[in-house]
Amino acid sequence: MTPPDKTPALEIRGLEKTYQNGFQALKTVDLTIQTGEIFALLGPNGAGKTTLINAVCGIVRPSAGQIQVCGFDHVTHYRNTRDLIGLVPQEITTDAFETVWNTVRFSRGLFGKPRNDAYIETLLKRLSLWDKKDNQLRMLSGGMKRRVMIAKALSHEPQVLFLDEPTAGVDVTLRSSMWDQVRELRETGVTIILTTHYIEEAEEMADRIGVINHGELILTENKKSLMKKLGKKELVIDLAQPLTELPASLAGKPIQLLQDGQQLVYTYDTLQENNGVAELMDELKTQHIRFKDISTQQSSLEEIFVQLVGQA
Amino acid sequence: MNLRAVAAIYNFEMARTFRTIGQSIASPVISTVLYFVVFGSAIGSRINNIEGISYGAFIVPGLIMLTVLSQSVSNASFGIYFPRFTGTIYELLSAPISFVEVLMGYVGAAASKSLIIGLIILATSSFFVPLEVRHPFWMLTFLVLTCLSFSLLGFIIGIWADGFEKLQLIPLLIITPLAFLGGSFYSIRMLPGIWRQISLANPVVYLISGFRWSFYEQADVSLGISLAMILIFLMLGLVVVYWIFRTGYRLRN
Repeated sequence: MTPPDKTPALEIRGLEKTYQNGFQALKTVDLTIQTGEIFALLGPNGAGKTTLINAVCGIVRPSAGQIQVCGFDHVTHYRNTRDLIGLVPQEITTDAFETVWNTVRFSRGLFGKPRNDAYIETLLKRLSLWDKKDNQLRMLSGGMKRRVMIAKALSHEPQVLFLDEPTAGVDVTLRSSMWDQVRELRETGVTIILTTHYIEEAEEMADRIGVINHGELILTENKKSLMKKLGKKELVIDLAQPLTELPASLAGKPIQLLQDGQQLVYTYDTLQENNGVAELMDELKTQHIRFKDISTQQSSLEEIFVQLVGQA
Repeated sequence: MNLRAVAAIYNFEMARTFRTIGQSIASPVISTVLYFVVFGSAIGSRINNIEGISYGAFIVPGLIMLTVLSQSVSNASFGIYFPRFTGTIYELLSAPISFVEVLMGYVGAAASKSLIIGLIILATSSFFVPLEVRHPFWMLTFLVLTCLSFSLLGFIIGIWADGFEKLQLIPLLIITPLAFLGGSFYSIRMLPGIWRQISLANPVVYLISGFRWSFYEQADVSLGISLAMILIFLMLGLVVVYWIFRTGYRLRN
């Protein structure tokens, strides 16, 4: 089914989910994700990431709200929406005694797609699983099983792919290879929504970031502008001669003397018109403080995330 | 209708049967053969004919029903419970399929397995006793309806169960006793008055009676009542499954 043109890949309005035990996992979530985006959903454990994904995929029944996938309502046009979505769940769940080939072919059939052995062959080769196609899943390593989960999710050629912590427990090499595969998928026009605990993963991959905490989406922002808006920048000055203490003229400024007096670190806000860097340089010159190197560093997404979640 | 999904589930379940052919098919067949050896030949040879039929031949429909009932329930309950247990149910719940298609796949496969086993036992029994099926159409009708309705019951048990113990609870404590007391090895006409009346509350009596009639034209209750009872049972099962999918009971919560 071809989705209507120029509609968001995912549009969520007022989504709520309260479980039978009374736990409110989602509190009026609104979210729009454009076609072709890589959207990273960050949040601590139990924040509601998986519930949000499960609600969109039809695994959990929302208590309230609307979900549209490529313009199709997830209740009235559930066949269309589910046909468009692929899901790689957080848990590695497989039929231990099935072969790689059979389980991927089963997934394709389950989503109503005609048999296409050539496509599954390409998919398995792309995920480096081709030589394992006749192996039972119980014979595979954790990383390979994770790739099988991806192959199953892609078997019906979805337009929107949910990756719920896809690299959890995966070694560094495989993680890097998975990032490449995600980028390749995006090149083919697939919209990717991923949740992760690895902030550097979101920093590396995502176009936009959403932060969810206690069931509330507390922020959605373009990754670059988020880091620019919330990120503090640091000016690091390596001194030629160590100082025993900060000169009195610098006291009261956001500056620290570190590395046994060999380094000055000045923190400033990039959005401020007068960030104080020029004045600092003048002051160093006045005080005859010489330096051998100077560099700047941006605060990481992880620091921003901790700051956001801490505030919420 | 997503027939490809139905075929995928059906083929997946049938492949599991053939992968574990010893457990799925050979085991119930061997058990039934043992019943024939013990009840049909050893003990049966000392029992008079029942309503003109040798005891060995008389128990054939009951034995087939006994196996078909337990196999239908266990196949279907395991078929849907196992994905819930392993977590692979997420794929089923996120796929573009309706509850009717899910039922057609799982219940259809479980019923097919039971039907195959039932027919194999029928063929096997012909080696032990002289068999006559006077109404093959009704024999198949009863067999198929029983396979379907008890597979539906098994599907419901598989959704309801939250552990392997519960999965076995109803088959062991309810289905097997009802099947044994439903006239598998005797005619309920042989029971004293009060016990005969009590037996009529056992739904399995109607299945075995109708099924036995298709073989020998002898029944404890009329054919129409037997047929009506199994259809009511089937409808009840469908209503419960509809409610399960409508509410998401034990699936989407």
